[in-house]
Amino acid sequence: MLSYIARRLLQSVPLLIGVSVIGFGLMHLAPGGPLAVYTLNPTITSQDIDRIRIVLGLDQPVHIQYFKWAAGMFTGNWGNTFFGGRPVLHVILERMPATFLLMGSALSLAILIGATIGVLGAIRRYSVFDMLATSGAMVALSFPTFWFGLMAIYFFAVHLGWLPSGGMYRLGEEDNIVDLLRHLVLPVMVLALVITAIWSRYTRSSFLEVLHQDYMRTAKAKGLRAHERLLRHALPNALKPLIALLGIELPALFSGALVTETIFGWPGMGRLFVDALGMKEYPILMGMIMFTGMFVIVGNLLADIAIALIDPRVRLG
Amino acid sequence: MSAVATPAGAAPAVVRRAGVLRRFTRHPLALFGFVTVTLLCLSALFAPAIAPHDPLFLDTSKRFFIPFANSGFPLGTDELGRDTLSRLLYGGRISLTVGLVAMVTTVITGSLIGLTAGYTGGWVDTVLMRFVDTMLCFPQVFLLLVVAAFVPPSLISISMIIGLTSWMEVARIVRSEILHLKEQDFIQAARALGASRARIMFQELLPNIAAPLLVAATLKVASAVLVESYISYLGYGVQPPLASWGNMLTNAQGYFDTVPWLAILPGAMITLTVMGFNFLGDGLRDALDPRLRMDT
Repeated sequence: MLSYIARRLLQSVPLLIGVSVIGFGLMHLAPGGPLAVYTLNPTITSQDIDRIRIVLGLDQPVHIQYFKWAAGMFTGNWGNTFFGGRPVLHVILERMPATFLLMGSALSLAILIGATIGVLGAIRRYSVFDMLATSGAMVALSFPTFWFGLMAIYFFAVHLGWLPSGGMYRLGEEDNIVDLLRHLVLPVMVLALVITAIWSRYTRSSFLEVLHQDYMRTAKAKGLRAHERLLRHALPNALKPLIALLGIELPALFSGALVTETIFGWPGMGRLFVDALGMKEYPILMGMIMFTGMFVIVGNLLADIAIALIDPRVRLG
Repeated sequence: MSAVATPAGAAPAVVRRAGVLRRFTRHPLALFGFVTVTLLCLSALFAPAIAPHDPLFLDTSKRFFIPFANSGFPLGTDELGRDTLSRLLYGGRISLTVGLVAMVTTVITGSLIGLTAGYTGGWVDTVLMRFVDTMLCFPQVFLLLVVAAFVPPSLISISMIIGLTSWMEVARIVRSEILHLKEQDFIQAARALGASRARIMFQELLPNIAAPLLVAATLKVASAVLVESYISYLGYGVQPPLASWGNMLTNAQGYFDTVPWLAILPGAMITLTVMGFNFLGDGLRDALDPRLRMDT
């Protein structure tokens, strides 16, 4: 197991390097380079710009800059924001709990509903329920998230007045858990819709693949009961591709969270990113690109380790 | 397909093609997708002829007309008195153009990289596939927005950016097909005949992956239309006064509680389009390659 983890860790190294090279390249692709925001400021003279350039090390050759920057990334020095000069990593981590609360709730809900629909659909393939579920999933996958969000706001917040239309809590109610949950309902529903559709499709096909294997027939011939066959034999095997899916779908989850946070004014990382985009806060933009990229690498690593824990063939093979 | 590519001869190919059509038409949702996509393409193509008004003409004395009210504006007017139906039709042109150009970019980039990696093998394959893995680590919307904010927005730039951030799955599909194909006899034969590398890649291998490419391309149009609406909605895509379904929604958001139909209509068009292409792609997959069905 340890050697598998070591091997898998080594495979992540080129990915990390790739992610950092692309992140670094993007920053230098920015019009005017990393100093663009200062050149727009009339109170800053060209001497100031030269000084900032030397302070930031931008007078050095590109590869030296890259290594310095990459070393900073790994030691937690992600640079400072243009406006306010706060440490970028700090600003991002500050927004992390809100986003993870949103993504975690939506993901759990979506997996619960999606997997149930998928398993039922696989067991009763081509039944009316299965047909409705598969075409329903396709329709859900075609919804633009933000439009579904706007419709949800219109119906549940404006029309019915049941739920708040945005934000994370009412002013002065920061510690009120009920208030937080009420604010969480709509964004979670919107973000979960597409994930539910994806999970129901994959669970269905993953279970269908397993249900027709020889060992399932053997289990039935042995006289095992239906729920035993499903839980002990089908589930672990069907689970593997689904755990992998968890890692694969992480980038899409971040994208979905960004859109959802923008519609609902949810104070998370996606919202931070969109705001930074408007203010040309390059350090935050690059920090977010790097953060999501590295998070996805780690997520996939954990997913693979989880798969190896379930399946001896993976860790020994 | 080239003659070498169909080892079984021409006759079975005809039979297979008939089977494809039969499998496709048996699929009601695929047919629905096909009809929807055809109608949308036709309406976009003939938008200047169908549209009752100039989509950019504004008349502030005719703001917020209600749809179906016999006012001369079949689907009403928006906050600047522009005809909603005309804007939807012209917006469809924009959205479909972006979708198609992005899809072409995706397919070209993806097949070039997949073909090269799969056919060359060795360290080229390793490097290219690590690049694919790296690109897949970034959330597409994040990458898109950053690049879209750096590049002056135009229809072509938006389409290219969408295409260049979504080719990775195509590259993987193409590579895995090539890995399987390149061991087959007809490729060995072509090599023995002294065919050049480029000839084998583009004339022997590429035509044989047309089916999975067509499926991937159809589904890519759907995702490109969706992604275009996201970035236009966020203000970094198609710029006003040019109408796209995404930026129509941005405008409509401000009048949401009083005139909801302004937001309902463009969103419904996006959903319909994306759904049409998704169902079409799914149907094509079932028809062209029964092996690839979701429910094997």
